[in-house]
Amino acid sequence: MTKSNDKLPISDLEAMLPWHAAGALDSHQAEEIEKALAADRQLARRFAMVREEMTETILLNEALGAPSARVMENLFKQIDQERKTVRSTESGTSGFGAWFAGLFSQRAFVFAASAAAIVILLQAGVITKFVLEDQGGGPFETASAPTNATRGLEIGSFALVRFAPQANMGDITRYLDSRGAVIVDGPRPGGPGGMYKVRVADRYLPRTELDQLIKDFQSGSNVVVFAAPTTE
Amino acid sequence: MSANLAASDEILIGRIAQGDRLAMQVLFARHQVRVYRFVLRLVGNQAVAEDLISEVFLDVWRQADRFEGRSAVSTWLLAIARFKALSAMRRKPEAELDEETAGAIEDTSDDPEVAIQKKDKGEVLRKCLQSLSPEHREVIDLVYYHEKSVEEVAEIVGIPEATVKTRMFYARKKLSELLKAAGIDRGWP
Repeated sequence: MTKSNDKLPISDLEAMLPWHAAGALDSHQAEEIEKALAADRQLARRFAMVREEMTETILLNEALGAPSARVMENLFKQIDQERKTVRSTESGTSGFGAWFAGLFSQRAFVFAASAAAIVILLQAGVITKFVLEDQGGGPFETASAPTNATRGLEIGSFALVRFAPQANMGDITRYLDSRGAVIVDGPRPGGPGGMYKVRVADRYLPRTELDQLIKDFQSGSNVVVFAAPTTE
Repeated sequence: MSANLAASDEILIGRIAQGDRLAMQVLFARHQVRVYRFVLRLVGNQAVAEDLISEVFLDVWRQADRFEGRSAVSTWLLAIARFKALSAMRRKPEAELDEETAGAIEDTSDDPEVAIQKKDKGEVLRKCLQSLSPEHREVIDLVYYHEKSVEEVAEIVGIPEATVKTRMFYARKKLSELLKAAGIDRGWP
C-alpha cells in the first residue's frame, strides 16, 4: 500500500495539474492554474507532462474494448424475471384492493416508459438545437450513427478530442474550420464536456504523419485540451 | 453539457426507481463501457468483469430508490463497481487471480526497452502505466480517463480528499521512476 502522508513535496497548485488537464476543476480554480501556467514556464512544462500521461491513459483504456452483448441480455433477462415475479405476487393477492393496485402498477410502468421516451427525445432535441443554433447548421453533429451530415465522413484520419470547458461553440467551429476538421461523433459521456471524435484529415494518414498533425492540432490552442489518434 | 447529462442521469434513476425498463436500458447504454473498463482494470479478466457489471446494473435496478443524488450517477456506479470488484477479488484464490491479472496485463506491444529503441515514447508510457500497482493505476484511471474530481475519487475509493492528492502524486512519481528505468528521464519530480 502507498504511504498516505498528506504532505506533498510540491505546491498544491502543481498537485492539481492532473485535475486541470481532466477538466475536473471549477472555473475559479481552472483560471488560477491558467494564470500560473502562463507565468511559469517550468510549471507549463510539467503540465505538458501531465497531458502526455493523460493521453496515454485514455488510449490504454480505449484499447480495453467493450463488454459483449451477453451482458445486456443477461441483465435484462434477470430484470424481466424480477418484474414477472413482482407482477405474479401482486396478482396472487386477492380482493378489489389488490386488483386496483396491480392495475395502477401497470399503468405506472406505461406512464414511466412514455415519460422516459419523452425525456430522451427532448434531450436529443435540446442538444441538436444547441449545436445548430451555434453553428448555423454547420458540420458539427451529435451523431452516434451516420446521419445525412456525417455520411461520407467515415473515411479519413480521426482523433479523440476534448475541448476546453470555457470554449464556446463559435470558438470551436472557427478552430475546426481553420483546420478543415469536422466533428463526426460525440459527445461521449463520462466527463466534463465529453469527448468528441473529430475527422482531422479526409484521407488515411500514416501513424507518424497523423501524430504530427494531431500535435499541431493541439499545440498553441486554448480550444483543444486533449487530442489523440483513434481508429475506433 | 456534462451538467445536462448528469441531470438526465438523475431523471433516469428516478424512472428506474418506478420500474421503468426503458430508462434502465438508456442508463446501461450510456455507462456500461466505462464501468466495464474500470472493473476490467481492477480484476484483469473479461468474463469476470462482464459478470460484475451485470451485477452493478442489477443493483442499480433494485436500489434506484435509494439514490440520494448527493453525487453524480456515474460516481455512484463506479463506487458500486469498485466494491463488487474488490469483493470478487477477495473471493478468488490469490494464485488464480494473479495468473488472470498477469494474463490481462500481457499484451503484444514491445517491452519498455524495445519500445525506447524504437523511440515510441507513447508506447513506453503505456507500458509503464500498466506496470503501476493497482492502487496507483486506479487513481490515475479515475482522474485521467473517468475525469473525476478530487471529491469524487475520494468517494469512489473511500479515502480522504487529501489522500487522493497524495496518492495521485505518488502514482505519477512512480511512473516517472519506471520511465527513467526504461530510459526516459523526465526530470521530475
